[in-house]
Amino acid sequence: MDTPAPGLDFEQPIYEIESRIRAQQQSGDRRGEDELRRLRRELAETTRRVYDNLNPWQVVQVARHKDRPHTADYLAMAFEEFVELHGDRHFGDDRAILTGFAKLDQHKVMVVGHQKGRTYKERSACYFGCAHPEGYRKAMGKMRMAAKYGLPVICFIDTPGAYPGIGAEERGQAWVIAENMYEMSRLETPVICVVIGEGGSGGALGIGVGDRVAVLEHAYYSVISPEGCAGILWKSHEYAPRAAEALRFTSRDLLRLGVVDDVIPEPLGGAHRDPHQMAGRLKIYLVRALRELIDRPLPDLVASRYEKFRRMGVFLEG
Amino acid sequence: MASPIKRTKRGVPEGLWLRCPGCQNAIFRKEAEKRLSVCPECGYHFYVSARERIEQVLDTGTFEEWDGGLRPTDPLEFQDKKRYDERLKLEQERTGLLDAAITGCGMIRARRVAFGVTDSAFLMGSMGSVVGERLTRLVERATEQRLPLIVVSGSGGGARMHEGILSLMQMAKISAALARYDREGGLFISVLTNPTMGGVAASFASLGDLVFAEPQALIGFAGPRTIKATIRIELPKGFQTSEFLLEHGFVDRIVPRDKLKSEIARTIDYCGK
Repeated sequence: MDTPAPGLDFEQPIYEIESRIRAQQQSGDRRGEDELRRLRRELAETTRRVYDNLNPWQVVQVARHKDRPHTADYLAMAFEEFVELHGDRHFGDDRAILTGFAKLDQHKVMVVGHQKGRTYKERSACYFGCAHPEGYRKAMGKMRMAAKYGLPVICFIDTPGAYPGIGAEERGQAWVIAENMYEMSRLETPVICVVIGEGGSGGALGIGVGDRVAVLEHAYYSVISPEGCAGILWKSHEYAPRAAEALRFTSRDLLRLGVVDDVIPEPLGGAHRDPHQMAGRLKIYLVRALRELIDRPLPDLVASRYEKFRRMGVFLEG
Repeated sequence: MASPIKRTKRGVPEGLWLRCPGCQNAIFRKEAEKRLSVCPECGYHFYVSARERIEQVLDTGTFEEWDGGLRPTDPLEFQDKKRYDERLKLEQERTGLLDAAITGCGMIRARRVAFGVTDSAFLMGSMGSVVGERLTRLVERATEQRLPLIVVSGSGGGARMHEGILSLMQMAKISAALARYDREGGLFISVLTNPTMGGVAASFASLGDLVFAEPQALIGFAGPRTIKATIRIELPKGFQTSEFLLEHGFVDRIVPRDKLKSEIARTIDYCGK
């Protein structure tokens, strides 16, 4: 039996070759070794062709892929230990943001990351990665503690956006996002932020002010979701692919616009094809960035973080 | 409710009379204007432009604009049904503004202040690079010159979509500048007016040492339509109004327009600046 039809339509050419490879393997034909090698080569070429030519709307599909590694996966694969810390001391423990101590290549750090969940139960418990004010407060509380004890902070961004709901507004969604940017801009410890999937607007930026901001190759980071933008400017969600083009939010655009410092390459065919390899690359990036940042005097570090965001924007003058 | 009076898309209806959205009465325009564009019947606060706001809040003739030469451009070559550069031209002609914020300094009852205001008529008062840069420079000058800082927000648009991720980053840029201002002991009074939403609400507008709001303004992070589409239940009456935010602890005072100037002056005196 073949695996059931997988999700992404533009990946169909890849699935077809994969199923031919499976058929060849099952046939037990000994003369098939050459054929198998040929098919594997074709698979790699096809995957490369598809992934080198993703359009922005396809990037969004990859960034949202159900098998794409989430914060909890990277914590398990790239870190030696994770000690979860719960709660914001005001209202509750938002499952949409994970926080805790972690060890990365013997560096002790504080990890803060959006969590989307895998099973339906998990996904609804963490509102599909959409945090409430208590999530942002929890994140800031743990970051403040990290600074107090000299732990660098690593933020993993992966959210469609901050949760739009009655409780979220009652508890000050706008206020907590603003306060987080305000406090993170002057936090006296190194801060590294990586957009690992979806960088959804203010909900992303609420844990997104750091000394290094990186993005995975097929992640995106946008002022608004393509659907939201299409609904407002084209009056219909069906224009989401057009909005995705217009918004210039792919990793290449983000680098060009000076919004991210680095793009971390994904394994061939995206992080969901080889989560372990992705975790390895992420780890190498984080360790290198940590080494560059941890010995810098804190006033310098905070001053250059300020300058980094200070430069952002494009306008004419005079 | 269908109104017999022709309304422009945004702002105050044209003509001698206008229909008050608060009490539905026909109001003599001159009468409302005499009261700072507040309905004499029910106290509804009409839209006022950035220029009018400056007239209302600052001592006459004291405003001096800063960074008026900053102009928006089209870094993404953004195009929806219209090109962004064309849209900008139209908005500039229509409003007489180069972008959605004016900043500068002036006096409030003889107290020198740094003053910024956004105009919700210019692309919904949304924040792109120019609004972000003007406000950041305003905050930085207020820090250097040790001035109290007043920003009156009116933005239904939040971070401006047409400048994409660069607009989002303005939120971080201004917030960082405000954090430095705070460290230097600056006094920031943020005044929220109808509407203050999205990325504007979620950055400088909510970072005031004091947050004032005009009565019945719509203030929040997510737009009511987005929330309704997500949770699929009717929103409670008065949701996301100034009064709602006061009740939930996010606004210090609700200040009617005719009291704004004196309330700001009094606060500056309390804080010893």
